[in-house]
Amino acid sequence: MANVLVFAETRANTLRKVALESVTAARALADSTGGGEVHALVAGSPGIAAVAEQLGQHGADLVVVVEHAGLANFDREVVAATLAARAKSGSYRIVVVGFSAQGRDIGPRVAAKLDVPIVTDVVEASVTGGAITVKHPAYANKVIVTLEINAPLAVLSVRPGAFMVATAPHAVRTEMMAPAAEPSASKVVVKELIEGGKGKLDLGEAPVIVAGGRGLKAPENFKLAEDLAAAFGNAAVGATRAVTDEGWRPHSDQIGQTGRQVSPQLYIAVGISGAIQHLAGMRSSRTIVAINKDKDAPIFKVADYGIVGDVLEVLPVLTQAVREAKAAH
Amino acid sequence: MKIAVCIKRTPDSESRFRIAASSASIDETGLKFDIDDFASYAVEVALQLNEKQGPGETVAYAVGPDAVQETLRKAMSMGVDRAVQLKTDAVPYDGLAVAKALAAELKSGGYDLILFGKHAFDTSAGIVGTATAELLGVSCVTAATKLDIANGRGTARRELEGVAEIVEFPLPAVVTIDEGIARPRYPSLKGIMSAKKKPLETRPAQLGNVRVTVKSMALPPDRPPGRIIGEGTAAVPELVRLLQTEAKVL
Repeated sequence: MANVLVFAETRANTLRKVALESVTAARALADSTGGGEVHALVAGSPGIAAVAEQLGQHGADLVVVVEHAGLANFDREVVAATLAARAKSGSYRIVVVGFSAQGRDIGPRVAAKLDVPIVTDVVEASVTGGAITVKHPAYANKVIVTLEINAPLAVLSVRPGAFMVATAPHAVRTEMMAPAAEPSASKVVVKELIEGGKGKLDLGEAPVIVAGGRGLKAPENFKLAEDLAAAFGNAAVGATRAVTDEGWRPHSDQIGQTGRQVSPQLYIAVGISGAIQHLAGMRSSRTIVAINKDKDAPIFKVADYGIVGDVLEVLPVLTQAVREAKAAH
Repeated sequence: MKIAVCIKRTPDSESRFRIAASSASIDETGLKFDIDDFASYAVEVALQLNEKQGPGETVAYAVGPDAVQETLRKAMSMGVDRAVQLKTDAVPYDGLAVAKALAAELKSGGYDLILFGKHAFDTSAGIVGTATAELLGVSCVTAATKLDIANGRGTARRELEGVAEIVEFPLPAVVTIDEGIARPRYPSLKGIMSAKKKPLETRPAQLGNVRVTVKSMALPPDRPPGRIIGEGTAAVPELVRLLQTEAKVL
């Protein structure tokens, strides 16, 4: 029996998908040790406690609520200090965070503060006796490494999309905790936040991604990809490096080895030939659709469903068909 | 400014990888190794900052076997002044152990700025830079796509998950570098010649207790072979049907 402490990531006091995935992973780890508890820590401005019920739905037994007016925006120094303090005060076997922007920043800090080992980008984890065994994709997802961690406590950061959110209702208790560091004392201060677009789904959160490549021929044709994404309603639009290098789309939209690595439930590649660097960023998607005019394009080797054709002709028809299918529900 | 750049030697990312007979590492036969891409951006940023700000020193660090000396020479051929190898037979998979070795070395170095790549291609773990900052107790900014230093303070831009942020921080600081910030220069012939004479010190890496070890490595399971379901707009109804009934995503 071992307890697991998990950081439940929020933005604007709303849980992110990676938070629910992290709690799901934590629940499975606690259960695998013969029924430990899952304690989820949330940090935000007053009112953040309202997310406790939702965390209970996914398996949290206790929600540790860190409320402070200075935590309206994520403060990595305060969250890392508070998570480390909590980990030290309880008898935990594992601390789970997401391998997201927030988790990437706090995981190594927490590990260093506690002097415990950390493994990031975990896609599978289990506890057996004294050791924690995890799988971690390396070399741009071309090699799967199995690692063994020998320590009484360790930090794991879980890859977004690797642990499917599961429902496991638990009666959830809450406990208030003061931040372990003063938010106004953080060394690094955010001066300006530039939102990518109102209500725009992030590539790491979206269950469906429509990604465009040079086959779209011109930046204005990305409208067709956006229309398809809008027809799904839960989709984000990504791009290849060729396209972001051209300045057709912002650099932050790039999917591939040096950009975002995504594993949505559905990945629709439009006008993408499928260079190996691009495949490295999306080949773990559950279902892959490819539309490309060249039947020999490498993308068709990984596509579950391929259509050979001109994306400029196929996209509007597909968009209309998806709209109709959605309307029929 | 006194700037340290911590670099890693990694194989060419376009290689086809095989697993070694021991199944605990990749087979390095025939692989081409060089300074990691993100680390090369960090070297470029360090050189540009010191060129812009007048007299300073740029020092490269690498943890690893003697093969990293070639990588450190490469950094010196780009313009880094001197280099330090923290020697170990193999770089462990325990990122905190590597951070400890670097922090032990860097803490008395008097650096204003310590740069890393945001992660290295091989492990893509992104642990060492942030953990080193924590161990040193200095400011830490990860995945910077822009970096300016003035009057003992830094300003950086980060682009993350659909949001860009501008952050300010006091020096000393650790900053990890994302791509797009600067195009790394090619070493000039003069640079290559002078790099041979620049000082390269070797000291043992103080890794401490290594608690993360590789049990095995394997190639990922293949996806089922791709399937072309049709041509042009005529294939759309079949695609929609498959997405609904087979993939169940619509």
